[in-house]
Amino acid sequence: MAVFVYAENINGVYKKAAFEAVAYAKAVADQAGDTVTAISVNPTDSSDLLYKYGASNVINIKDEGLKSFSAKAYAQAVSEVANGNIIVFPHTTDASSIAPMLAVMNGFALITNALAAPESLSPFQVKRRAFSGKGFMHAKAEGNGVIVTVSQNAFGVKENAVSGSEEVKNLSVANEDTKVISHEQSSGKLDLKEAEVVVSAGRGMKGPENWGMIEELANVLGAATACSKPVSDIGWRPHTEHVGQTGKAISPNLYIAVGISGAIQHLAGVNSSKTIVVINSDAEAPFFKSADYGVVGDAFQIIPALTEKIKAIKG
Amino acid sequence: MKILVCISSVPDTTSKINFTADKSAFDKNGIQWVINPLDEFALTKAVKLQESQGATVTVINVGDAGTEPVIRKALAIGANDAVRVNLDPKDSFSTAKEIAAVAQNGGYDLILCGKESIDYNGGSVPGMVAQLLNQPFVNASVGLDVNGAEATAVREIEGGKETISVKLPAVIAGQKGLVDEKDLIIPNMRGIMSARTKPLQVVEPTSSEVKVQGVSYDSVPPRAAVKIVSPDNLDELVRLLHEEAKVI
Repeated sequence: MAVFVYAENINGVYKKAAFEAVAYAKAVADQAGDTVTAISVNPTDSSDLLYKYGASNVINIKDEGLKSFSAKAYAQAVSEVANGNIIVFPHTTDASSIAPMLAVMNGFALITNALAAPESLSPFQVKRRAFSGKGFMHAKAEGNGVIVTVSQNAFGVKENAVSGSEEVKNLSVANEDTKVISHEQSSGKLDLKEAEVVVSAGRGMKGPENWGMIEELANVLGAATACSKPVSDIGWRPHTEHVGQTGKAISPNLYIAVGISGAIQHLAGVNSSKTIVVINSDAEAPFFKSADYGVVGDAFQIIPALTEKIKAIKG
Repeated sequence: MKILVCISSVPDTTSKINFTADKSAFDKNGIQWVINPLDEFALTKAVKLQESQGATVTVINVGDAGTEPVIRKALAIGANDAVRVNLDPKDSFSTAKEIAAVAQNGGYDLILCGKESIDYNGGSVPGMVAQLLNQPFVNASVGLDVNGAEATAVREIEGGKETISVKLPAVIAGQKGLVDEKDLIIPNMRGIMSARTKPLQVVEPTSSEVKVQGVSYDSVPPRAAVKIVSPDNLDELVRLLHEEAKVI
């Protein structure tokens, strides 16, 4: 039961989600008594990074035609080298674009948003996120092949070093239907879905000019910033920062919500966070019922003070 | 230009989610049904293209007769006509197969969908439809222009965005940003009245092949009671996060 995993890179550099997917694939392979083969497209990073998380074999696809992303062409490329009946993907935007196309190509079942190692391999059954984080589904795959995408930060990036070998596959996949015109990557900003700590704020901040203190707290914590839906609707923050049912679903280790009342739609996007801190001047804010720690008070006094105290312990 | 918009009927965003006593299924009792909010962005975009480019907009839903109020709402928002595939969908693949079967015969230039439904969160149907039709696919789209036989789509990527030209026909899965939230169309009385007489065709499913089964469901376990820390004692909050939760 060969296990393959798609190790996603950005501009050749492996993503944290790729390491998590490899670690997940290693857990699956251990259950199956087999090994992990990782597939990557035009990586520049060393394969050693993938051996560290359990990939015994790394297939590096070299294809100039895949310099820019196309879901269809990438699915075709992965299909040409993934010669197994379990294929693991991270649940990133790119990977979750490729996986459905590959599933149809291969006639495989596709289970997305897996939250834990499989409950069984034959049939393949796994717990997955559903109802926007308001419930869980135990999904069973039919047939002989399965593709599983792993929800980010759910399984964890677990080291499990093996000795590995690398193979280069030169492909030339047709990529004629789509063409990337421009690509903008904001540098130095933490990816919200990958971040282990997220500082988020809502209308309680009173205006976009007050976000400096949120960003400072985030900087001190090495966190990404996020916001509630009303805030992105008003345009105080970009919609890429909106977390919730119709925004991004995240599962950091620590989620700090400032001035967010905690509507059910907001909770749907963040209740997979391991620890939730709520800071709100309204003691009746419903978010306190879903929090681990709460502070009732004025965010404009609490946030700068908290930032200083965290700075002190971080040295 | 012919546009097909895929819509899903989902529990209202404020719904509490419960499961049947034996945990084998989602409990539909007392649920209000709405158009999947991410599909609404796609539908509004299609109606805008209808206004600006004279496109015709067909909505498709795979569902039993209970989804018809949601389909009528889509017609009231501005779609020209609708197709309902008479199947209570069991998984993404069976849903995608039915949509692809209808699309195959319809000669659509563009298929628009939300990037995922807020109930089962599969996020799989749009990509599967694209592959079944052998069409290009752009996911997580936050912008779209159509110019003749080509579209320009902006897709969100982790930490940025990418602008792509796409040959039509194509499948585009959208999200918030495809249109602004404030531009979402609330049906007016005229739209609601005209929706009653717009064509809604019901077709039977072509197959019942299922690839994934929901075996059982769990609710989210409640968190332990919140520990309230005084704003005058933030050292205690830092200590709890450092020593108890071990997250900083």
